[in-house]
Amino acid sequence: MSVVLYDVPGPRAKARNRILNAVVMVALLAVIGWVLYRLNESGQFESRRWAQFQYSSIQQQLLDGLLNTLKAAGLAAVLALLFGAVFAAARISDHWWFRAPATLVVELFRAIPLLILMFFFYYGNLQFDLGIGPFWAVVFGLTLYNGSVLAEIFRAGIAAVPKGQREAAYATGMRKNQVVRLILLPQAITSMLPAIVSQLVVLLKDTALGFIITYAELLYVAKQMGGRLQYGFPYIPTYIVVAVIYIGLCSLLSVLARWLEGRSRRRRKVTGAPPPSAAEAATSVEAPL
Amino acid sequence: MLSVLTDNWELFVDGFWTTLRLFLIAGVLSLALGTVLAAFRVSPVPALRAIGTGYVNTLRNTPLTLVFAFLVFGAPKMEISLPTFFWSAVVALTVYTSAFVCEIVRSGVNTVPPGQAEAARSVGMTFMQVLGIVVLPQAFRAIVPPLTSVMIALLKNTTIAAGFSVAEAGAIPAVMAERGENQVATLVWITVGFLILIIPLVFLQRWAERRTAVA
Repeated sequence: MSVVLYDVPGPRAKARNRILNAVVMVALLAVIGWVLYRLNESGQFESRRWAQFQYSSIQQQLLDGLLNTLKAAGLAAVLALLFGAVFAAARISDHWWFRAPATLVVELFRAIPLLILMFFFYYGNLQFDLGIGPFWAVVFGLTLYNGSVLAEIFRAGIAAVPKGQREAAYATGMRKNQVVRLILLPQAITSMLPAIVSQLVVLLKDTALGFIITYAELLYVAKQMGGRLQYGFPYIPTYIVVAVIYIGLCSLLSVLARWLEGRSRRRRKVTGAPPPSAAEAATSVEAPL
Repeated sequence: MLSVLTDNWELFVDGFWTTLRLFLIAGVLSLALGTVLAAFRVSPVPALRAIGTGYVNTLRNTPLTLVFAFLVFGAPKMEISLPTFFWSAVVALTVYTSAFVCEIVRSGVNTVPPGQAEAARSVGMTFMQVLGIVVLPQAFRAIVPPLTSVMIALLKNTTIAAGFSVAEAGAIPAVMAERGENQVATLVWITVGFLILIIPLVFLQRWAERRTAVA
């Protein structure tokens, strides 16, 4: 895809690229070496800073943190999918009194910073004694934000199904309910799946915000583990461990998203359907953050 | 309700001013870094491509809160310290957002018809000339709408700095709790503040989308 930007290298360009490659490699190694040197100089590789990871009670703490992260992400994912389905259905309704409030809600929750949404539940609980802990503040915040984004993904996905499909279905005398349920949704789902999975990656990453409102998820546990004096404040070792866990989990989901994308593209080619429309391209390009 | 805002006007103004500064500085830096990384990812040098890909895949799969935590709690432990928490936040936001900018610029480059780059090459332009003079200016049109989304996300992400000792808009609730003010009213006003900042960006995005649709 990028090969079009430069000619197929000839002998001189090849030599130049090799030299550039070597220079970049040396620079990269120098940077990595410097980081490792700094880590080593400041004693981050000393065994006492890593010692706590061999105790089963501390491994259990880490595992509990991970489970809390997954618990919040799992519950929020289910609720967000429900929220998204309901509000997407309302947004494609023929009745303006459904459409208008749904649009308002979806646009509003997409515009409010997620942390502020969580604060609403967290401080609201402190003020009015609602009896919801930080766990529910995290789950509700994630549900409202990601549910709104998912509603947009669903709506755009349905809108991106070629117009002829809808017209043909109406022409055979189907009702709106049947058109959406039997004709549009099954076709839209394949094109939406990658975007949905990417949004779930975002949701999983955003559980880390629970750290700020004292929900005992992975990052919160890591802060506690890093702050232990008897192990010489092992922040860096702990964050390395936690980063590996997060990157591993999210990469797995990202790989799934890419696989789904490749699969749906392949299928589209086989059936000879038209290329993805602008609206669909927009949903897949829309940066999940 | 209104008194919550007027009695603490300075707190709100200071908070949102810090948010705005964080947003502008991190925005400009991440645009620059993201574009450089995108150039890396499409370059003929394998090592540069590997750096670009590795960077994007790592940062896109790391929670921003973890990047913040690493810079604020971790970095001083390896004797790398940034002057203030504000600059730690700028670095964290830049490092994180540039990965997303990179992906958007790269996919924008891919939307430019191959004939454009081929024609540029046939008149003897080098890789940097092809990219800088011919491809990127055209890719710009496809880049602007999703880039605005990323900038909106960056603006919202600045609130995370509140958890790491930066006195921006997200940190207002904590101060207001100490002053014994109405928390929910405070949050409503913060929401209003963010809407005021975000709505112009959304309109900019819609406008850019309309323009590219015509072109």
